[in-house]
Amino acid sequence: MFVLKLILKNAGRHKLRTALTILGIAIAVMSFVFLRTIVTAWSYGVEASAANRMISRHSVSFIFPLPLAYRDQIARVPGVEAISFANWFGGVFKDPADFKNFFPRLAVDAETYFDVYPEYLVPPDQMAEFQKERNACIVGEKLSREHGFKIGDIIPVEGDIYPGQWEFVVRGIYKGKDPTADETQMFFHWKYLDERMTQEENGRAGAIGWFIFRVTDPAAMPAVARTVDDQYRNSRAGTKTETEREFQQSFVSMSSAIISSLEAISLVIIGIILLVLANTIVMSARERTREYAVLKTLGFSPGHVVGLIGGESLMIGLLGGVLGLILAYPVVAAFAQAFPTFFPVFNVAPWTLALAVGVALLAAIVAALFPVFRALRISIAEGLRTIG
Amino acid sequence: MINVNNVSKSYHRDRIEIPVLSSITISVPEGEFLALMGPSGSGKTTLLNMIAGIDSPDRGTITVGDTEITSLNETELSKWRSNHVGFIFQFYNLLPVLTAFENVELPLLLTSLGKAERRRQVETALRLVGLGDRMKHYPKQLSGGQEQRVAIARAIVTDPTVLVADEPTGDLDKVSAGEIMNLLERLNKEFKKTIVMVTHDPRAAEKAHKIMHLDKGELTI
Repeated sequence: MFVLKLILKNAGRHKLRTALTILGIAIAVMSFVFLRTIVTAWSYGVEASAANRMISRHSVSFIFPLPLAYRDQIARVPGVEAISFANWFGGVFKDPADFKNFFPRLAVDAETYFDVYPEYLVPPDQMAEFQKERNACIVGEKLSREHGFKIGDIIPVEGDIYPGQWEFVVRGIYKGKDPTADETQMFFHWKYLDERMTQEENGRAGAIGWFIFRVTDPAAMPAVARTVDDQYRNSRAGTKTETEREFQQSFVSMSSAIISSLEAISLVIIGIILLVLANTIVMSARERTREYAVLKTLGFSPGHVVGLIGGESLMIGLLGGVLGLILAYPVVAAFAQAFPTFFPVFNVAPWTLALAVGVALLAAIVAALFPVFRALRISIAEGLRTIG
Repeated sequence: MINVNNVSKSYHRDRIEIPVLSSITISVPEGEFLALMGPSGSGKTTLLNMIAGIDSPDRGTITVGDTEITSLNETELSKWRSNHVGFIFQFYNLLPVLTAFENVELPLLLTSLGKAERRRQVETALRLVGLGDRMKHYPKQLSGGQEQRVAIARAIVTDPTVLVADEPTGDLDKVSAGEIMNLLERLNKEFKKTIVMVTHDPRAAEKAHKIMHLDKGELTI
């Protein structure tokens, strides 16, 4: 109790210095949380992958199409229980320079797509309307909020991969089953795309981007992948079949340099927290060398001295950490608002919070090591002679 | 009461051995008020620190009461100090973030006394030094003389066997110094405290029963 009281009083001795230290740590922790949230958001697709879903795409790259005819053959592979497909449409919506106008536009099999993605929840009446109308689309709730899309609105898109003017009527708005579900996408009928391709560029008709299928037993995934890929090994369009998680991971890997840079900066921030705190604690402990000697003279143990120095460091580290977390929320929210579709899911993850507090506390412990060691090593007589 | 037997001490600085005390033997009976005098660097503070158990000799033994403190380890010495020694320093050494009451209470926090009993003892000690009305004052709100009286209250609050005072008037004006010495004299006479005091001030030393002079680590008288 006495140690706690003295820690609080000591921390308040140089109010400005303590406040600046707490603020410095808070800003560093806030930056740490922000960067970690970006790293997490980058790989959200990996985390959100279903354990029983697989993707089959062209063996060279997913930008090359596969024949729709593969669908029935894959569906017959033992272990495959439901199959659908999708195709990247691209296109330009409004001003392409404004990043918020970029959002995924996918041509999907309207009958089966939402069956293999049960995490996208569409009201039954809206689903029925969507399936009836060839140029209908379903948009994510976050996307609809961002652009003000309502049921019945027409979304005009200028095609790039598939040239021409395209218009999609919003017939449904889907919600994510949980916070990790991406609500920034637009889905429309692949048949709408295929019909136009049949008329305008016949050579591109009957092609899809990738198959998505659900398997009955996740343990059978390697065997299913082998079987599917073996079927098309010598065909003009070979396949590469992998789990959804691996498929998503391959996208994340493309940005590995950026992610590694962000992680490196996170480590630098931990170093900054450590130095800011160590500077204050070393200064404080040095100023109080004589006081620690007096306490030891009166019979207080080295443990009390460790408690005073370590406790003050932990208290400042913790306060800075908590303040940093509080500051991080509005910063993350502002970023998410400014770039709503850049990261489909941009939330501070619970483990990021735990990591940030852990980092602040670890820095506090390390920062206290040197002054604690010094305070314990110095003799009472020497300590009493010290001028703080 | 206090027996310093053939004690020697040297310090090492950059491989150079600097002798501080050479074969010192003194005996201080219970209830004695001893003043140690001598020029700077004569070893008087080192001797005082060793009697108080905050420094240790290279050779020789020191016995206080029934305890040979030179044979105690750090933990035992720490406990012994808290029970048997009251310290008075030249620069008071009060913790600036604690009130006079809290500073005096410090040594009692290591005892098993309850809060009420601690309060009673602290108030008694502060009244004894004439600061019953300054309990809630912080050191910076007190004069030098008052700060030293708080330090004396802290030294006596555990009712120690020995009081050691290192230049207790060294930082005080003449009037305050006189008051502090009167207080120490009273503690010695009325409360039978054994006091060992280091001082440069002949007027302060006059209050002692006995004066010993040290020069270059040796007793000259």
